Amino acid sequence: MKCQFCEKPATFHITELTEPTGPQVMHLCEEHAKGFLHKGASSPMAAIATALAKQLGQSGDDLEELDQKECPVCGITFREFRNSGRLGCPYDYTHFEADLRPLLINVHDRTDHAGKHPQRSAGTADSQARMIKLRSEMEEAIKSEDYERASELRDELKNMAAPLNPPNTETDDQS
Amino acid sequence: MKRDADFEQLARYTGEWMRGEGPESDIVISTRVRLARNLADFPFIRRCSDEDRLSIERTVRSRMETIADRLWESAQYVDLEPLSEIDRQLLVERQLISREIADSDGSRAVAFDASEGYSVMINEEDHLRIQVMRSGLDIENTWKQVNRIDDMLEEVVLYAFHPRYGYLTACPTNVGTGLRVSVMLHLPALVITEQMDRVFRSMQRINVTVRGLYGEGSQYTGDFYQVSNQVTLGYTESELLDLVGKEVAPRIIEYERKAREALLKNNRDDLHDEVSRAMGILSTARKISSEETMHHLSKIRLGISMGLIDKPDVKIINQLFLQSQSAHLQKLQGRILGTAERHARRASFLQQHLSGKDDATWN
Ligand SMILES: [Zn+2]
Ligand SMILES: [Zn+2]
Repeated sequence: MKCQFCEKPATFHITELTEPTGPQVMHLCEEHAKGFLHKGASSPMAAIATALAKQLGQSGDDLEELDQKECPVCGITFREFRNSGRLGCPYDYTHFEADLRPLLINVHDRTDHAGKHPQRSAGTADSQARMIKLRSEMEEAIKSEDYERASELRDELKNMAAPLNPPNTETDDQS
Repeated sequence: MKRDADFEQLARYTGEWMRGEGPESDIVISTRVRLARNLADFPFIRRCSDEDRLSIERTVRSRMETIADRLWESAQYVDLEPLSEIDRQLLVERQLISREIADSDGSRAVAFDASEGYSVMINEEDHLRIQVMRSGLDIENTWKQVNRIDDMLEEVVLYAFHPRYGYLTACPTNVGTGLRVSVMLHLPALVITEQMDRVFRSMQRINVTVRGLYGEGSQYTGDFYQVSNQVTLGYTESELLDLVGKEVAPRIIEYERKAREALLKNNRDDLHDEVSRAMGILSTARKISSEETMHHLSKIRLGISMGLIDKPDVKIINQLFLQSQSAHLQKLQGRILGTAERHARRASFLQQHLSGKDDATWN
């Protein structure tokens, strides 16, 4: 059996008894087991590891399939996210939504933002994704010295990212 | 914004937030609130190309310059990439930047104001980490200031935001509010009376984490602990601020006060002896490590707050905590020191400032 976090063989099988839903078994290589046991519940990586282990249960096949899933915008795979605990771009929250939601519940107990909202936003997740893609196409164009294409892309990007309100127009109650 | 800081000058002073003042400052060192934010039109740092990182750094810097006069007084902007390791270390010791950003590669920067109470890290784990620090337990004012900076930055950059998941962050443990409220506590009496385990256990159940100074692994130096919220999504900012500032911190403060009272009542002589010995070691040692220094300074700080000794001032102890760290010592000395030299330099530095024979290093 493979480690749940890398390609190495799983030599540690840790049963967690703390959860109300019953015991959870995690299959880990020596290195990941050490990291997991030492870091404790306070580290974000451990929180993510615990959440994913529970969500995926004991089936290696489900995990294998999920691991191949790739974000069309930044190209990060689910495996890379699992290994690093870091996502690749804002669009991942949309693309991996179904897989991330149980994890969010596990880490935060809740899934719906209740706090502050920005005064302005970039529209839909799709338009944000489009902006990121345009930017990387632009960088490619610059690299291959296609400056005409690069400047077209730059203009398109500028239009999408332009601030709705120009800065410096309002006074501030500075304390 | 002024580009780059004078690091020799920086090493001579402590930031405003280290002055040892403010509510509950006998136990609470500082309150820190930080917000994690990302730009909508870039990948998160992990998937950024070098060009992306440079472009983020330049964009944020130039946008911040347009609001700098409203943002804060006399801001400095420090490009971290070309900085020497020792200067980066100095910024870590002052808590202006994290160890992660100091040790990473590529374009990255920090902007901070003259009081060192505000700082914005660019290209840490998230594109922006906005942080405000204040002396003592002062959740409300700290939040007000960080929120004000966030509002202003929001006028000039476009944040990655999702209607359901809130502010989007590289790690799902920060998503939603992106808010981390941390209170740094000095808890020597709970450590002496072996009650920290109990505190840890009671905290695990209520969505907060307790960590050692600088949050580094399991090593707790000098009896300093940081309490912060664990969750960030699904709660309002004020709920999270109250959780740490009104529920958890006051409870730990009360435990520590009770432990101090009990020590005074039952072990006054032993404690007084320990404090005096700590003072003796720091004012006579010829060489000393930073761990041992932290340990003794912590005892002296306790002795001062409990009225067992009346000098030096707590402000001086805070200053010694900061300046006896390696990068500060080397900066004050004006050159790189080997381990043995550092230990000797640290000992003479401590001696100088604890024996009452102050020189012109401070004013
Ligand atoms: Zn592994
Ligand atoms: Zn992505």
